[in-house]
Amino acid sequence: MTSTADQATPAVVDTVSLTIDGSEVTVPKGTLIIRAAEQVGIDIPRFCDHPLLKPAGACRQCLVDVAAPDREGNVRPFPKPQASCTMTVMDGMIVNTQHSSETAAKAQEGVMELLLINHPLDCPVCDKGGECPLQNQAMSNGRPESRFIDVKRVFEKPLALSSEILLDRERCILCQRCTRFSKEIAGDAFIDLQNRGAMQQIGTFNEDVLEFDGYEPIGVAAEDESGRAFSSYFSGNTVQICPVGALTSASYRFRSRPFDLVSSPGISEHDSSGAALRTDHRRGKILRRLADNDPVVNEEWITDKDRFAFSWQNLNDRITRPLVRGDDGELHEASWPDALAAAAKGLRAAITGEDAQGAAVLPGGRLTMEDAYAYQKFARLVLDTNDVDIRTRTASDEEEAFLGSSVAATGLGVTFGDLEKAPAVLMAGFEPEDEGGIVFLRLRKALGRQQVFTVAPFLSRGAEKLDATLLSTAPGGEGKALAAVKGSTAASEALKEAGSVIIVGERLAGSPGAFTQALALAKRTGAKLVWIPRRAGERGAVEAGALPGLLPGGRAVSEASARDAVAKAWGVDALPGKQGRGAADIIAAAHQGKVDALIVGGVTPSDLTSNLSAALERTGFVLSLEVRRTEVAEYADVVLPVAPPSEKSGTFVNWEGRLRGFATALKTDAMSDHRVLDILARELGVTLNTATVGDVSQQLGALGAAATKHRPAAPKIDAPKVDAKPGEELILASWHLMVDEGALQDGEPYLAGTGRTAVARLSAKTADAVGVKDGLVTVSTQTGALELPVVITEMADGVVWVPAKSPGSWVAQELGVEPGARVMVKGGV
Amino acid sequence: MTYDADTLAQLRKDADEILGRYPVQRSALLPLLHLVQSVDGYVSPDGIAFCADAVDLTSAEVSAVATFYTQYKRRPNGEYQVGVCTTALCATMGGDEIWRQLSDKCGVGHDETTADGKISLERIECNAACDYAPVMMVNWEFFDNMTPDRALRVVDDILEGRDVKPTRGPNKVSTFKETERVLAGFEDGKVDEDQGVGEPTLVGLKVAREQGWKESK
Amino acid sequence: MTDLTPVLSATWDAEQSWKLSTYEEHGGYRALKKALGMDKADIIQAVKDSGLRGRGGAGFPTGMKWGFLPPDDGGPRYLVVNADESEPGTCKDIPTMLSAPQVLVEGVAITSYAIGCNHAFIYVRGEVTHVYRRLMQAVREAYDAGHLGKNIHGSGFDLDVTVHAGAGAYICGEETALLDSLEGRRGQPRLKPPFPAVAGLYARPTVVNNVESISSVPAIIDRGVEWFTSMGTERSKGMGLFSLSGHVERPGQYEAPLGITLRELLEMAGGMRGGKKLKFWTPGGSSTPIFTDEHLDTPLDYESVGAAGSMLGTRALQIFDETTCVVRVVTRWTEFYKHESCGKCTPCREGTFWLTQILKRVEGGQGVDADIQQLLDTCESILGRAFCALGDGATSCISSSIQYFREEFEQHITDGACPFDHSASALFEVTESTKATEEAHA
Ligand SMILES: Cc1cc2nc3c(=O)[nH]c(=O)nc-3n(C[C@H](O)[C@H](O)[C@H](O)COP(=O)(O)O)c2cc1C
Ligand code: SF4
Ligand code: FES
Repeated sequence: MTSTADQATPAVVDTVSLTIDGSEVTVPKGTLIIRAAEQVGIDIPRFCDHPLLKPAGACRQCLVDVAAPDREGNVRPFPKPQASCTMTVMDGMIVNTQHSSETAAKAQEGVMELLLINHPLDCPVCDKGGECPLQNQAMSNGRPESRFIDVKRVFEKPLALSSEILLDRERCILCQRCTRFSKEIAGDAFIDLQNRGAMQQIGTFNEDVLEFDGYEPIGVAAEDESGRAFSSYFSGNTVQICPVGALTSASYRFRSRPFDLVSSPGISEHDSSGAALRTDHRRGKILRRLADNDPVVNEEWITDKDRFAFSWQNLNDRITRPLVRGDDGELHEASWPDALAAAAKGLRAAITGEDAQGAAVLPGGRLTMEDAYAYQKFARLVLDTNDVDIRTRTASDEEEAFLGSSVAATGLGVTFGDLEKAPAVLMAGFEPEDEGGIVFLRLRKALGRQQVFTVAPFLSRGAEKLDATLLSTAPGGEGKALAAVKGSTAASEALKEAGSVIIVGERLAGSPGAFTQALALAKRTGAKLVWIPRRAGERGAVEAGALPGLLPGGRAVSEASARDAVAKAWGVDALPGKQGRGAADIIAAAHQGKVDALIVGGVTPSDLTSNLSAALERTGFVLSLEVRRTEVAEYADVVLPVAPPSEKSGTFVNWEGRLRGFATALKTDAMSDHRVLDILARELGVTLNTATVGDVSQQLGALGAAATKHRPAAPKIDAPKVDAKPGEELILASWHLMVDEGALQDGEPYLAGTGRTAVARLSAKTADAVGVKDGLVTVSTQTGALELPVVITEMADGVVWVPAKSPGSWVAQELGVEPGARVMVKGGV
Repeated sequence: MTYDADTLAQLRKDADEILGRYPVQRSALLPLLHLVQSVDGYVSPDGIAFCADAVDLTSAEVSAVATFYTQYKRRPNGEYQVGVCTTALCATMGGDEIWRQLSDKCGVGHDETTADGKISLERIECNAACDYAPVMMVNWEFFDNMTPDRALRVVDDILEGRDVKPTRGPNKVSTFKETERVLAGFEDGKVDEDQGVGEPTLVGLKVAREQGWKESK
Repeated sequence: MTDLTPVLSATWDAEQSWKLSTYEEHGGYRALKKALGMDKADIIQAVKDSGLRGRGGAGFPTGMKWGFLPPDDGGPRYLVVNADESEPGTCKDIPTMLSAPQVLVEGVAITSYAIGCNHAFIYVRGEVTHVYRRLMQAVREAYDAGHLGKNIHGSGFDLDVTVHAGAGAYICGEETALLDSLEGRRGQPRLKPPFPAVAGLYARPTVVNNVESISSVPAIIDRGVEWFTSMGTERSKGMGLFSLSGHVERPGQYEAPLGITLRELLEMAGGMRGGKKLKFWTPGGSSTPIFTDEHLDTPLDYESVGAAGSMLGTRALQIFDETTCVVRVVTRWTEFYKHESCGKCTPCREGTFWLTQILKRVEGGQGVDADIQQLLDTCESILGRAFCALGDGATSCISSSIQYFREEFEQHITDGACPFDHSASALFEVTESTKATEEAHA
């Protein structure tokens, strides 16, 4: 990997030297005392302080004794102890913490005593018990006996701030970490301090709790559009940073005690950010997931999906034994040797013999790089085909050319750090809050210092929170919109500033010419260009060559010499040279009975506009590699169980191009896809050599990046003009909201409860033309229809937006079309 | 929101005027909450929604502000807010007794409203009129040097529908809602109704005049 | 004998003293016109030279505060007048604004001109309707007369003034809490640095001054530094309003040079009520440690009061005679602080909560021996450790009253009851039930 900003030597920084508890320490100017102390291993107790939040100085637990030189250079003690979390260091300062100063120790004891007078001390039944800063602090610094003999403040038991987040006000010490996180980091100020003084508390606007007299249900502004009070995609972080057990999650409440848990580090499987997380499990069962601290990627935050969506792998449809369809037409559990034999037989029949029409592979976009590598190698070596495509979503040839020419094997490119530093960011076909939560948080960190532009049909809530400028377009018009960023337009000028970034999302594949124009824009402005897909496995699969026209390392299938290079590395004479088909074409062919066998990985049929189920039904032989018994199994002849991410090791390549390797968290018998494929290949007489993660990475390493001449050419596609007009027929816009009914969120009702309500959005003008004002609208195609409440939105005319897979809005399955298609919209149902 | 169209239109118009006084819109929130009270007689959930809308905040942020300040009421307030200062000095000088008698008379406690909706009683904190102790405020107008009898008379007058006149203030106390409109920054033309300044305010000046003292030179 | 020196109060007995016309008849706005012809730096220097110290309690030199503003960067800078006057005992700004609001408006205009501010705010506590009316009228009249608005008196200087009503929160008198409140937030104090001079209102350079401080500016400009410094003491210059309240014959406003004594003031005020004996008093509001009759001759200037163990604060002299139960008064003050604590920091929020409960028990005769020490210890846990000075202020009356009247606290505990007859300290007969119980303050 080449050198990046992250690794570059830091610029020379001004430093300051001071003394803490007698030790000399030199730190960058502007460092807070509490951080400087950390650097010499001195821990100052604290509650409100959090390194990623602005200093508050509210709890007063971190008081220390400070002396500093005055203007004449005489070191003078401050008359009062100072909050070390708010005071920055000075040259020649002398700090004495509780370890060396009676004053500091006394001040800290005093604060601790005051914090505990109203605390319920219910540690034995508290979720935080055993990992609670307050508890630890009270044990080490508190008085053995309370001197408080008066009446404690009491609050009613936990309040549900949302379906997922519960608040126990009695335990709260009002450090405001949660409200500061919500406001500063997530931008979701759904909770705030309420009341004053001793009755101050955290909360939403809850009429009952705050004793407001209402006469009617309150209006829209009282809630977010979802109709829920604390609906943030990042709310789980508040639970993690709460220094007491005041905030808990409904899903973990009372489930375990920290000392019973085993923790394993991991990487999130939910999006392409590769957030570091910690999986806590007990006796083979995951009980919770937490954010791990990875300063270069997710810092200390993860999305609620990362945190709460893990049950999917342990629902009762989990497959642990292979299944083979018997003569009775039913799937029966089988031994591995029998199942492998059956699978081999089915596949062999599809690729050998006179009228064999061949086999194709649909691995899905959620795999590790190793798995993706094994799928494509299996296709090419065993099945002798390039019909392999992980893109079970909107895809295009233009996109593939873009990925091959500009993404694959480019190493670590734009980083999270670059996003934070970029003076301007333009995004197209990408909604960071929904489609890449960690990206959103990083961009938000730059709020006020960065100009954000978004090419989209309207300013989403996430974009609004980034203070983004909308470059409005109807879906399909992104190419033209990008082409218009030129000359002295604000966006063009902004992007010319060094360090600016253009982000393109995978949805641009549905917009002809958009990738072409994005490349041109990057060239024109000098801005860096980065592709941020949604699913965790996409970038790794691009690296591994799990695309019909792309071999590992960014090599074009169409280049004979590139094929030869790979063939040589794999120890075979030649690779199939025939251009492969993309997922949509494969499914279409299968639909016509023109594919004899299909290998299907983690693909959810309802995510696809084409009717995969029907295609599978018409395919002679279907092999499914799955964690759970899904709809695919209904059509499968053989089902081989594979491991979910927590039960295997591997590598996600995040959108930065950063390798996010992870080890097995839970040791089970389950095997990764790459291992299963390795065994299956052996059954078919081919050595795939993908049994272990090490085998794969060795091969990928040896292959390296393609020589320039081996790469596919960059795309050159014209961008059409899109004619969007208010009327009955509108252009469909859609994307996946972060919390929706995606397969990996199954089994998490508390999380689902925080998702945004599905609505259909229309501009006022469009709504007028359609003749709707409020209530329900029906969005339909020949395939089916959606009925959703309408929300009039400031947006492109002639467009209707609906969420891609939210409750009541399964676009692909119900409408059978992709964004950009024309749909019928009418008021009522 | 459940405001009828006219009310809402008036609210919006007033809100625009308030917003116009500040370079940053959020600054309008306190006066806007007063404005809401001038319409609803308290900070209604509707009012919270209205303010949230007007200054682009979440309802939680608006209630965070509304519940911080004691002048914002969460239940429909009486037509007259009768506050008796019971902070140390007034309490000592007789404020406690006045409070007790008023509370007995009205049959309500702190922050409660009489059944007829006329009076909300409140124990208030020092109102910057200590030289007139004990002090009572009716809709935030000064009723200085109170005695239990005088205080009871004021309350009687209110309960029986008679106008009441403050010691330093206009000829007649406006209703709670009218007062809140003034506090939202809308003048009501009553500014010149009283004709003098209170005795304790002038006592030092009087001594100086008697003694012929002037500030130097 | 020190003479009284009515300057701010000089016109208060005039007919409709609050009208612009009255003010102008008495020389109002002469100073503004003079100031507009002066160099801005000279105005600031004059205020520095006058030795005027902030009249809002802390006594910080006003001219020096203005001098802290960073050089003009072309962006806005603000003047915010602190008219929140809510400290128990303090009652000087309210009569000033009620009786002669124009002096404040003129002060605002001069100060704004001097510091380069084009939009000033007057933040007045919300619980004084008539004062707010007077301020709105004063500003309106000043606009109409061309003292405010665009191109004031042809000087090219523009100034807008917004009068803003608070909504009931003592903490909003603390200058940074005031700024948050003025920005439409909960009035909770801000971290310093940055100080308001650097990043105040809307994160722009801001001067926050008390009503009386700003009102003193026109006279300094009009009559000169020497005139001002001829009043007061060596380091506490000029005149100030002394507000006498409580058990004195003639409570009220006495404008006098700093350094006058309570003995002198009491004499002018006709002495203690009914000739009773002085027991204790506050020199500067409830947040300043109490004094007793030992301090009758302490000059009421910053230095002398400080040396005697208290603070000049706002010159709010609350006077209690021998009939008063100090435990009762201190309990009430403490309830005030508990009620007004903003809740941001632990020591003040939890500490005042605890102190109140102990004091109420002691006052009601339910105290235990350990209570007095606990009161002192809890005060120690707050003093100097709270986020802002409200917490410190809450402890003053407790520590100082235990210092001077410990036996009285002990007596409440040993007798199991309050030894005082509350009727005696009231201005009228108090019934048994009021004497017997102290109702909780919400
Ligand atoms: C709790 C608290 C309440 C205060 N209340 C007031 C007040 O009502 N009026 C005021 O002018 N200053 C008040 N102050 C002082 C202000 O913070 C600030 O020092 C003052 O407004 C500065 O003005 P000056 O320099 O003109 O005195 C208060 C301070 C604290 C800590
Ligand atoms: S001392 Fe603390 S709680 Fe009290 S008002 Fe100041 S910041 Fe708020
Ligand atoms: S950690 Fe420093 S005040 Fe809370």
